[in-house]
Amino acid sequence: MLTILFDGVAYGMLLFVLACGLAVTLGLMNFVNLAHGAFAMGGGYLTVVLMNRLGVPFLLCLPAAFLLTAAVGVVLERTLYVRLYGKTHLDQVLFTIGLVFMAIAAIDYFMGAQQQLITLPAFLRGQLEILGGSIGIYRLFIIAICGALVVVLQLGLSRTRFGSRLRAAVDQPDVARGLGIDVNRLFAATFALGSGLAGLGGALGVDVLGLDPTFPLKFMIYFLVVVTVGGTTSLIGPFVASLVLGLGDVAGKYFVPEFGAFMIYTMMVAILIVRPQGLFARGSR
Amino acid sequence: MTRVETGAPPAAAPASAAALLRERARWSLFDLLFWAAALAAFFVFPLRLPLLTEIAILGLFALSIDLLLGYAGIVSLGHAAFFGAGAYAAGILAQHGWGEPISGLAAAGLVAAALGFATSFLVLRGSDLTRLMVTLGVAMMVLEAANKAAWLTGGADGLNGVVMDPVFGVFEFDLFGHTAYWYALAVLFLCFLAIRRIVNAPFGLVLRGIQGNALRMSAVGAPVNRHLVAVYTLAAGFAGIAGGLLAQTTQFVSLDVLNFQRSAEGLLVLIIGGSGVLYGGLVGAVAFKLMQEWLSNITTQYWQFWLGAALVLLVLFARGGLLGLARRFLRRRPARSERGGAA
Repeated sequence: MLTILFDGVAYGMLLFVLACGLAVTLGLMNFVNLAHGAFAMGGGYLTVVLMNRLGVPFLLCLPAAFLLTAAVGVVLERTLYVRLYGKTHLDQVLFTIGLVFMAIAAIDYFMGAQQQLITLPAFLRGQLEILGGSIGIYRLFIIAICGALVVVLQLGLSRTRFGSRLRAAVDQPDVARGLGIDVNRLFAATFALGSGLAGLGGALGVDVLGLDPTFPLKFMIYFLVVVTVGGTTSLIGPFVASLVLGLGDVAGKYFVPEFGAFMIYTMMVAILIVRPQGLFARGSR
Repeated sequence: MTRVETGAPPAAAPASAAALLRERARWSLFDLLFWAAALAAFFVFPLRLPLLTEIAILGLFALSIDLLLGYAGIVSLGHAAFFGAGAYAAGILAQHGWGEPISGLAAAGLVAAALGFATSFLVLRGSDLTRLMVTLGVAMMVLEAANKAAWLTGGADGLNGVVMDPVFGVFEFDLFGHTAYWYALAVLFLCFLAIRRIVNAPFGLVLRGIQGNALRMSAVGAPVNRHLVAVYTLAAGFAGIAGGLLAQTTQFVSLDVLNFQRSAEGLLVLIIGGSGVLYGGLVGAVAFKLMQEWLSNITTQYWQFWLGAALVLLVLFARGGLLGLARRFLRRRPARSERGGAA
């Protein structure tokens, strides 16, 4: 029981780190980025290459995955995404699906279609026995990192100058521009942060979620559920949604395996029917 | 999205809505050429009939999405749910001994339309984004249901033992796909006529109005929600017929009739051809399948990359699809054939 709870929380935390970048682009820039999972996949494969081919230690791979995917994110944002901000959601969906197809085929070409494995360092392997349940140390590690990230993100958004500018730009882009805030650069930085987080999530998730070229499509649904259910106006919404989703998914697979992924889809559709703006939307926007 | 079709040249602007509809419904040279080419394909490429049949089926599927997206402006990422429902309906009927193809196809259309009617109420609310998510969610639920109901659908192994009776009791489905092609082409043509009739009726005009501005349409007295439910049901029915065709001509149904790639592919075909034009889905299907065939001959495994690249470029530079490009090209030359691709 404790194990399930624990796995669920770790899974949910991981989903949050993976999906919060999507929440940012969708909520702040009103851009539907279905290719978000491709950034996560990029981070994952980067870790695999760094560890297995170059022998870089795992802990060093995590910041590397963050920085490199963030860099790729900035380049793509400046060159391609920026041209689609004014277009319809459908155009954005089609465009980013195209990117996903390209990413999948490219990874397949360079890395092969098989599952990628990494060997975690010794101090992250093994189990802890607590209160009769066994807890994977690596899951504890994930919870610690993701928990710290959540706190940092929330504080960064509410306490720093960057955060207050960002919130201003989201609420009233025109007024923010009028006050001398460079909204475009702010968005580029935010996009980079979001893709970097996806990369970091992908790197952390190699051992838990698995990694193969279909990753972006497989987990796209999960990201979208987190974002649409949680709403995009705060970080708390997606965070709660990820935890619920993580717990629901793990518990569902454990207790009622015959329902499979049914629970999640039903939940998403039901919530969207009742609250089209998501669970935690602020009144009317 | 914002571009509204102006089918007739401004010089001969029709006086009334009825005249406009008649004008649009007229057959042009393009119509004749297109269907003549489809007939001729049978004799020119006798060895590629399975590919041609696939094109016809994909074309019908894209046409049903066009009805939804191009005319009513409803975005959907889950149209495969109806394609798959039709495929399984036709397949399961034939598996249980009802091998008569035409009634099987009708059943496929009806089952899919029923599913479409039941879920249409979910897409009435919310923004484009909510619709995308809800349709995607519904399609995933149907896929999961088909996966779990292995006693009925065969689950991941697929539906085997689909045996078809001859069409009209005369034309047996042969190994070379002769009957299959004629059958698929005839069904496609009939469905095309039906859809053409639908969009050129006042009903279709109201749909375009709703796409433009739903609030204003309800202000002039058009029952918006009823129209949306109707068109969603119709589009689901046509997608179901396409699915049924696939099940009957390949005599096999597997779970991938329902998956996300199927929905994305249909949408992609429509975007390649050009949405909001009747021939968009058909031209797109031809271009898509030929491109797929050609690319997978060059790089067997990685043609998906070029597919993605094509999609990216189309969105960036040619939003109207191939037909949009063709029309722009024709416009630039002296207005001789301005009715080019407008259906």
